[in-house]
Amino acid sequence: MPGTPEAEAVIRVRDLAARFDGRTIFEHVTFDVRRGEVFVILGGSGCGKSTLLKHMIGLYAPAEGSIEILGVRMDGLDGAARVALLRRIGVMWQSGALFGSSTLAENIGVPLEEHTDLPAEARDMVARVKLGLVGLADAAGRLPAEISGGMAKRAGIARAMALDPPILFLDEPSAGLDPITSAGLDALIRQLARDLGTTFVVVTHELQSILAIGDRCIMLDKEAKGMIAEGDPRRLRDESRNPVVRAFFRREVLA
Amino acid sequence: MSATAPDPATLDIRPDGPGRRLAFRGGLDAAAAARLWPEAMRAARGVHPLTLDLGGVTALDTAGAVLLLRLEREAHRAEFQGLAAGPLQALLDRTRAALDRPGPKPQPALPFLGRVGEATLRRARGAAGQVAFLGESLLAGLGALRAPWRLRWPEVLRHLDEAGLRAFGLTTLLGFLIGLILAFQSSIPMKQFGAEIFIPNLVGISLLRELGPLMAAVILAGRTGSAYAAELGTMTVNEEIDALRIMGIDPIAWLVLPRLLAAMLVMPVLALLMNLAGLLGMSVVMGTLGFPLVAVVNQLQAWVHLKDLVGGLAKAAMFGLAIGLVGCRAGLGAGRGPRAVGDAATAAVVGGIVSIVLLDGVSAVLFFRLGW
Ligand SMILES: Nc1ncnc2c1ncn2[C@@H]1O[C@H](COP(=O)(O)OP(=O)(O)O)[C@@H](O)[C@H]1O
Ligand SMILES: [Mg+2]
Repeated sequence: MPGTPEAEAVIRVRDLAARFDGRTIFEHVTFDVRRGEVFVILGGSGCGKSTLLKHMIGLYAPAEGSIEILGVRMDGLDGAARVALLRRIGVMWQSGALFGSSTLAENIGVPLEEHTDLPAEARDMVARVKLGLVGLADAAGRLPAEISGGMAKRAGIARAMALDPPILFLDEPSAGLDPITSAGLDALIRQLARDLGTTFVVVTHELQSILAIGDRCIMLDKEAKGMIAEGDPRRLRDESRNPVVRAFFRREVLA
Repeated sequence: MSATAPDPATLDIRPDGPGRRLAFRGGLDAAAAARLWPEAMRAARGVHPLTLDLGGVTALDTAGAVLLLRLEREAHRAEFQGLAAGPLQALLDRTRAALDRPGPKPQPALPFLGRVGEATLRRARGAAGQVAFLGESLLAGLGALRAPWRLRWPEVLRHLDEAGLRAFGLTTLLGFLIGLILAFQSSIPMKQFGAEIFIPNLVGISLLRELGPLMAAVILAGRTGSAYAAELGTMTVNEEIDALRIMGIDPIAWLVLPRLLAAMLVMPVLALLMNLAGLLGMSVVMGTLGFPLVAVVNQLQAWVHLKDLVGGLAKAAMFGLAIGLVGCRAGLGAGRGPRAVGDAATAAVVGGIVSIVLLDGVSAVLFFRLGW
């Protein structure tokens, strides 16, 4: 069962600190992501959510602490071991990051071409399946510039899923979308988590999304430079005593 | 390209009455599907009845399911045996449903252009006159996706087209005008000595050795260096570079190498074009001064040497490389936020022009030492 304590941890973050040019973004961040759950990283703008995500996927090296994905230490990993691990994660980027001169189907073909020897026909079929999963079957031949923001996010998810990774990272899936499109995306994430058994790590600051999709969450805070809460988002909303957490969930303005 | 499944899939092909039985065992993931694809496809072609025995399959991913469904289509019909109900069966069903859904209206133009592009590419590599057509059809047709250790030729051709062919008009025009102006300006003092016949020497040498490569490089820095920086800068800001890295693709091999090669190949051609157009402009001025074309050509033949031309073109290639490097570097090093792309483009043009002037100085000393 997703989110139950018995499920094993697929990601372990221990005492992680992030610094840029000596400026600490956050420190002492420690949490587990369990198999099959939708894990949400939340917090206000600029508190380091994307930075935490980029540390988790090994794009930035930790200033302190460690990250383990599927039992493998992420930092210092290189060569074939790094590529093998990268195949097992998919990332949807905050800005979409679709390759602008390629169609959606070709975008999904990039990781397939890079990591497998599948013939072009097979790549194309896989791309169609993935686009179908996110409801974009009709848009396979379109360029990223020709689709709406919500479609671009969906295409980003489809590309992240190209290699059937067991873990998907999504950075702000609903940012910049209208509430209805955003709710549709939340429903898609829940459905994929249920149908595919994929573990999701979702960065967001949208309250609606957090409550709709999150099994568990952590909350980062800019002032505290670290985690200020961890647990079931609905329980945090109802029970947390931390004034910042309460303010966030109840949309209050801190005095 | 390591297999992720602990037990890589195997395929066993047996005759089965009039038809065939394909028994898969082990983890049928993307790597395994890719490996078994040609063999399985051959075995299934037109076979009736086809049985796909999946009793030994321990893992299946989308690519594996695609292989099975493609085999079914290849044989027109197939019987799936032995797949236990559960996640594997669910994945197969989901994949089938997604593939059965009517896709987008097929765009016949694209695949066709792609095929034409590929066939032409094979035949016409090196046939520079075809580059424009190739560049455009490849651009439209092929995704231009190649593994990083191999150079992405379609990408190279695209950049050759954009940096080269599309600059031909501008280069010719500027070259012609520069030849015209140089010849006209120098004709005034030369006339005082009655030395107009030496104008071709002056203009020819300065064009071939200096102005041709330099002006072509300025054009390249303005058009192409800035475009490289803007393209790569946009990709950096959009996290596309991060996305490539996370896919295990080296952005240098994927994005920079084709651009560098294109800039280097295109520069000698642009410089040559510049030279020829400049000489033409000079000849026009000479014509108005009463010297026929033959006289100009004779003068050039006697005084301008091949080494002047070749030295200039070699320098041009060097300039191209420098401009490409500076432009790509500026793009990949773009900072964060909306101004980053503009800043990168500016840095590319300024850095490109400064670097070619420096290089020009260095090569002047070098050529002097070498006795060119
Ligand atoms: N590569 C980087 N170099 C320097 N500073 C960075 C970098 N990435 C992020 N930051 C800084 O870290 C802070 C957190 O940024 P980010 O993780 O993008 O926030 P969020 O995603 O929570 O909105 C910001 O102050 C940002 O300027
Ligand atoms: Mg962010």
